[in-house]
Amino acid sequence: MSVASVLRTETAFDVQKIREDFPILKQQVHGKPLVYLDNAATSQKPQVVIDAITRYYTFENSNIHRGVHYLSSQATIAYENTRTILKNFLNAASEKEILFVRGTTEGINLVAQSYGRTFFKEGDEIIVSAMEHHSNIVPWQIVCEQTGAKLRVIPMNERGELQLDAYEKLFNPRTRFVSIVHVSNSLGTINPVEEMIATAHRYGVPVLLDGAQAVQHLTVDVRALDCDFYVFSGHKIYGPTGVGVLYGKQALLEKMPPYQGGGDMIRSVTFEKTTFNELPYKFEAGTPNIVGGISMTAGVRYLQSIGVDAIGQYEHELLEYGTDVLSSIKGLRLIGTAKSKTGILSFVLDNVHPHDVGTFLDVEGIAIRTGHHCTQPVMQFFKVPATSRASLAMYNTKEEIDILADAIRKVMKVFS
Amino acid sequence: MSELRDLYQEVILDHNKNPRNFGKLDHANCQHEGFNPLCGDHLFVYLILENDKIKDIRFEGSGCAISKASASLMTTVLKGKTKAEAKEIFERFHTLVTSSLDQPVDNTQLGKLAVFAGVREFPARVKCASLAWHTVQSALENDPNIVTTEENGN
Repeated sequence: MSVASVLRTETAFDVQKIREDFPILKQQVHGKPLVYLDNAATSQKPQVVIDAITRYYTFENSNIHRGVHYLSSQATIAYENTRTILKNFLNAASEKEILFVRGTTEGINLVAQSYGRTFFKEGDEIIVSAMEHHSNIVPWQIVCEQTGAKLRVIPMNERGELQLDAYEKLFNPRTRFVSIVHVSNSLGTINPVEEMIATAHRYGVPVLLDGAQAVQHLTVDVRALDCDFYVFSGHKIYGPTGVGVLYGKQALLEKMPPYQGGGDMIRSVTFEKTTFNELPYKFEAGTPNIVGGISMTAGVRYLQSIGVDAIGQYEHELLEYGTDVLSSIKGLRLIGTAKSKTGILSFVLDNVHPHDVGTFLDVEGIAIRTGHHCTQPVMQFFKVPATSRASLAMYNTKEEIDILADAIRKVMKVFS
Repeated sequence: MSELRDLYQEVILDHNKNPRNFGKLDHANCQHEGFNPLCGDHLFVYLILENDKIKDIRFEGSGCAISKASASLMTTVLKGKTKAEAKEIFERFHTLVTSSLDQPVDNTQLGKLAVFAGVREFPARVKCASLAWHTVQSALENDPNIVTTEENGN
């Protein structure tokens, strides 16, 4: 074997080896091998994450921060260590900028309520985009109701790309905030967020990025991006549900009031006055999802051990393969064809409703998502009631895409 | 696969492709809207009621095969029935699609609606099958709200 071929073997993305790390993928569904293509909804968990959960409850379970006993200090160290790993994962400047939340949705609500309710007033304007998930629309609508601010929406084109000229035109002296998705969950579009943040900052406006569909596919550096807030969920990045991260620039977080009151977020409490704890604890009332935080770290470490860039590159190959294979099916239309995309294959079929597609594919052992993917405005834009969405992860293969395509052809035959 | 054939019987595929009584009904004196935000099923039913009798009934809208076939078959079954009869048939249909699998299907009572017995294997699809029926029920009861079979669109 030549040196070059040895190198190639060593650097090749070994998907079969990765699949071994995910016990759930070994099972059959309806008598067929499971083909899991619903990764944008939630990813599967590697054994190391499952082990971390078991280990915590077996050997470490204890409440954190306040206990003086052995277990409590061990759990506190593990939990705070998580913060450091996440700080490094995002390249944040300090652990004070890493807040634990229940997930992306809670992170956005925290910023909307704490920042928005404090700093928005009647007539102010908040910019979101036409491809937002409901969780990046509704919290802002709620704060608009409370403050009299208004939503402005960045339009997109037929490929599912945001129109940057129109975006810049939305800015005026009343613009107070921009909250946009980094990667769209229903279209796969990777938005040019660096440029969009620079634009907003020229107008002195802070930007929140919804990174729920981004951090598992692309390397995110919050300081290089210069975003003001960044949110993501643990369960979409190979970790558990019920835990996520809100990154915020320290100077902004310092100015914001607490989101929830309770234990741990205080320094001292009397019935006359309460003083709040320092960052990040000011925003972390009550006992947190300790096992969630600790096992999310195991997921992040796993992700890093393979390399987010390598994963993104492999998934991109799968996306290109899947785009070719699905596009060759007559009567299938892909929704979301941006030039810059992650592994989302959202489609509609002539004469077959997505829910019927979902049921037929399920019987073939294929898990996809059908519906509006909590992005109803996107469906309205493309004039479809719903789509079928196959979303890719690092453990998917070209063979699985072929199985998907065969099953789609079968469904179309039944309905022809 | 056999469950799937139970769900998507020829009758259902046929009614999906060629829905009966499809389209707007001019001079309707009773109508209602039904919406299932989870899958986007959306339909309108139009009725002409005379002396408590459904003299004519049509529907239009879009949805999955199960919801469309259900609406189509429903119109064929309800035409000419009284309000009370329609309610009784609705209840029978509802019992069918929500009953447990070991429950025998009474073909004599249900007639052609028995083809929906396959829905029992797919609990997620019960809402699709019953949307049109709930919509007609609300129309007959003069319920001012849009019918929805969903509480949560996540």
